[in-house]
Amino acid sequence: MSTGCRDTPVLKQRGQREVFCGLTGIIWLHRKMQDAFFLVVGSRTCAHLLQSAAGVMIFAEPRFGTAILEEKDLAGMADANEELDREVARLLARRPDIKQLFLVGSCPSEVIKLDLARAAERLSVIHGPNVRVLNFSGSGIETTFTQGEDACLASMVPALPSTPEKQLLLVGALPDVVEDQALALLAQIGVTPVRCLPSRRVQDTPAIGPNTVFALTQPFLGDTHAALTRAGARHISAPFPFGVEGSTLWLKAIAAEFGIAPEKVDQVVAAPRVRAEKAIAAAATTLRGKRIFFMPDSQLEIPLARFLTRECGMDAIEIGTPYLHTDLHGPELDLIAEGPTLSEGQDVDLQLDRVRASRPDLTVCGLGLANPLEAEGLATKWAIELVFTPVHFFEQAGDLAALFARPLRRHAALKRQHPNRLEAAE
Amino acid sequence: MKLAVWTYEGPPHVGAMRVATGMTGLHLVLHAPQGDTYADLLFTMIERRNHRPPVSYTTFQARDLGADTSGLFTSACRDAHARFQPQALMVAASCTAELIQDDPGGLAEAMDLPVPVIALELPSYQRKENFGCDEAFLQICRTLAKPMPRSDRVTCNILGPTALGFRHRDDLAEITGLLSEMGIEVNVAAPMGASPADIARMGRAHFNVLLYPETAESAARWCEKELGQPYTKTIPIGANATRAFIEEVRTLSGSTLPVDEARMRQPWWAASVDSTYLTGKRVFLFGDGTHVMAAAKVARDEMGFEVCGMGCYNREQARPLRALAKEFGLDALITDDYLEVERAIEDAAPEMILGTQMERHIGKRLGIPCAVISAPVHVQDFPARYSPQMGFEGANVLFDTWVHPLVMGLEEHLLHMFRDDFEFHDEAGPSHHGGHAPRNDPGAPAAPAAADEGGSMPPPSAPPAQPDTPSLPDNIIWLSCAERELKKIPFFVRGKARRNTEKFALEKGLHEISVDTLYEAKAHYAR
Repeated sequence: MSTGCRDTPVLKQRGQREVFCGLTGIIWLHRKMQDAFFLVVGSRTCAHLLQSAAGVMIFAEPRFGTAILEEKDLAGMADANEELDREVARLLARRPDIKQLFLVGSCPSEVIKLDLARAAERLSVIHGPNVRVLNFSGSGIETTFTQGEDACLASMVPALPSTPEKQLLLVGALPDVVEDQALALLAQIGVTPVRCLPSRRVQDTPAIGPNTVFALTQPFLGDTHAALTRAGARHISAPFPFGVEGSTLWLKAIAAEFGIAPEKVDQVVAAPRVRAEKAIAAAATTLRGKRIFFMPDSQLEIPLARFLTRECGMDAIEIGTPYLHTDLHGPELDLIAEGPTLSEGQDVDLQLDRVRASRPDLTVCGLGLANPLEAEGLATKWAIELVFTPVHFFEQAGDLAALFARPLRRHAALKRQHPNRLEAAE
Repeated sequence: MKLAVWTYEGPPHVGAMRVATGMTGLHLVLHAPQGDTYADLLFTMIERRNHRPPVSYTTFQARDLGADTSGLFTSACRDAHARFQPQALMVAASCTAELIQDDPGGLAEAMDLPVPVIALELPSYQRKENFGCDEAFLQICRTLAKPMPRSDRVTCNILGPTALGFRHRDDLAEITGLLSEMGIEVNVAAPMGASPADIARMGRAHFNVLLYPETAESAARWCEKELGQPYTKTIPIGANATRAFIEEVRTLSGSTLPVDEARMRQPWWAASVDSTYLTGKRVFLFGDGTHVMAAAKVARDEMGFEVCGMGCYNREQARPLRALAKEFGLDALITDDYLEVERAIEDAAPEMILGTQMERHIGKRLGIPCAVISAPVHVQDFPARYSPQMGFEGANVLFDTWVHPLVMGLEEHLLHMFRDDFEFHDEAGPSHHGGHAPRNDPGAPAAPAAADEGGSMPPPSAPPAQPDTPSLPDNIIWLSCAERELKKIPFFVRGKARRNTEKFALEKGLHEISVDTLYEAKAHYAR
């Protein structure tokens, strides 16, 4: 068997990177952890990003906010730490339901070297044990988009209690419905006990130890992987659970670790597998033979390219990713047939030149680029939808394929109407 | 340090982007960390622009900080000039780049680019988005506009419309049409639609029309001083203000051509008997200073509403707004704290809010109808149809937009008369809004879809305007018969009835509220 794309040379360019910063992860993390509050220590820009990036503002009492640095904080006229303590005290007084507080670093707080780790220690003493205060950086100078979740989860690892128990830890913030499906599948296979990081509530916080093995559900958790490994846990390497193939291989790798035969997995997934294949087949009629270009965005690009090329019959032109973790993505790269360009990082203008030259049928990109490309007659899929939508495991595999099929179906439906398509036809 | 949940304005560099994106032939190079490119989506998604904003970002990362961030900036300027060939280059720093003090202006000047360089100083930790618009446009004018002979015919410039402005696209079209009817040609409209070459010939105009003081007042003052162009002070929002604007333009231009008002239906629509039910509706106004001040006058003088509260989020307009509020017998609320606005609205218990997208959500939470009159903008504020706020058509739009969220005249009476009808009851919402009946299970939590749903009415499951246990003096209680009677009053006036009755009881020193107290209070406050 060929080694797929694993040895393909990676195109690396440096220029403008059209990506979100890690603060964006707060938008889904604060929904996942229902007793946590995310306090960004940053600027008006950070606050503006958080309310703009979500597309619609989530006005139902958000569990995040921004402590906006002002001139007097920067000029040293006010002690930023005292100011922070005061704002945290006010916040926790107003929200007694908050059990975990994340102080989230931003570009300005990193540049002025505000020590949020010490602030978190100090505030833990003041507000503990009722409230646990942790810190991580979601700054754009250090994190890209989904790396914010990685930094958040990694920050939780040192605070986890220890256990000698042999157990599986599922790592990654999944929608509750998807997490429940994963737990049900694992229970049927006979893998037990299983814990989740992050937990929905602080009282369900998992413990870890030398007999903990962990499986990542998201491909962007490199730092969390390193922190768990340092804490003595062991990673189960596998493709990620997108599509039938990824979900099956992921479950089999875990089953093997627990001494369970692959036939048992096949038996448990037989029915969901048939359902998933049927649902994927419906979308694949639209996707088969279509050419796809991934701009770097969520770090989901490599597993998704594997799913779309192997299960939906698409051809990948370029697979761009903000970061290529060979350790985590290796099993995925093995499965992707040689051919597509692999790129890491970005010079957005040069990359757009390649998009225009190759005129893909579908371009996966950020919200800033989608309408400009659509206006040039190029169909797009917004990458942010992939982290806001349940897409993992069997029951969502059809939805995942449909997310990519919908823009193509829409283009077909509107082809007489699209202003630039008319121009192109003339 | 100040805790913000939601913000009314973005940082100042977003203001500069609004100016650059509105223009053509201008490119902005922003010294900014990775992640600040999120701002592109404001233009491509909210405003549905079909091109990327003309902005290049240096997107520096932590590893660059120890190295050469100024080198990154100069190469970004060089690449942007080579690729986009702009007539002028504008440079600025976002909040993080301000801290590393690379001096983008100095660096760009030293590059000897073959085009004018406009350097912006944007104090990100003091000022906000509107300042960024105003300052960017001022510096563009200072760099590019020069005194020159006036045009032979009387012409004017229109100042203020930007990208991502609240109905700027349609206001510009409406006012351009109105001026044309008066025989006045628009020399340059800027920033929206203007190129640097257009800015350079602004001096030909005889006077300026300032549409949005938030984005262009500094430029208008500069043009007055340096180019000798007076500018209009009246903001033509509403019938009266549009007429006053026409008079002001006549004074500045000498135009005597008649203006045909026939297409302005708003005055008759408001005067017709169907609108009687609007009389004295209590409205709360919040938004940018200019739109709130204009809307307050329209609400009182052209719609017959009672203004029960007003405020703005931009401190730059605090002084004139406070003065106007005083004239209305009110204290102005000047704040950019969304929670403070929510508290003020809760306290005032208005029957309608005229606000921003933020107040629309406050209205949903409190069960108060809301119409949007001001930025900050939302994708819904860029309708496909023509929908100005200014001029004759703007007055028509205001009437329709403000009346739409309310329960209509006769329907209001019917709700009073047949309040227990199982399918035509007050809590079903106005019958001209789809999707409100059947009512959700009253035990269900407030509709989670509310945040995404686009209508201006609160969802049927939204809590009533007044909580059932308001801050009532301890020594006053509602007797259960009075409580039952109160529940028969339609929801859109129940909050007011409760408040008035309690105020009345307090004034009279009563300790119990009976059905009689309720009706005595009703008679007392009758209007």
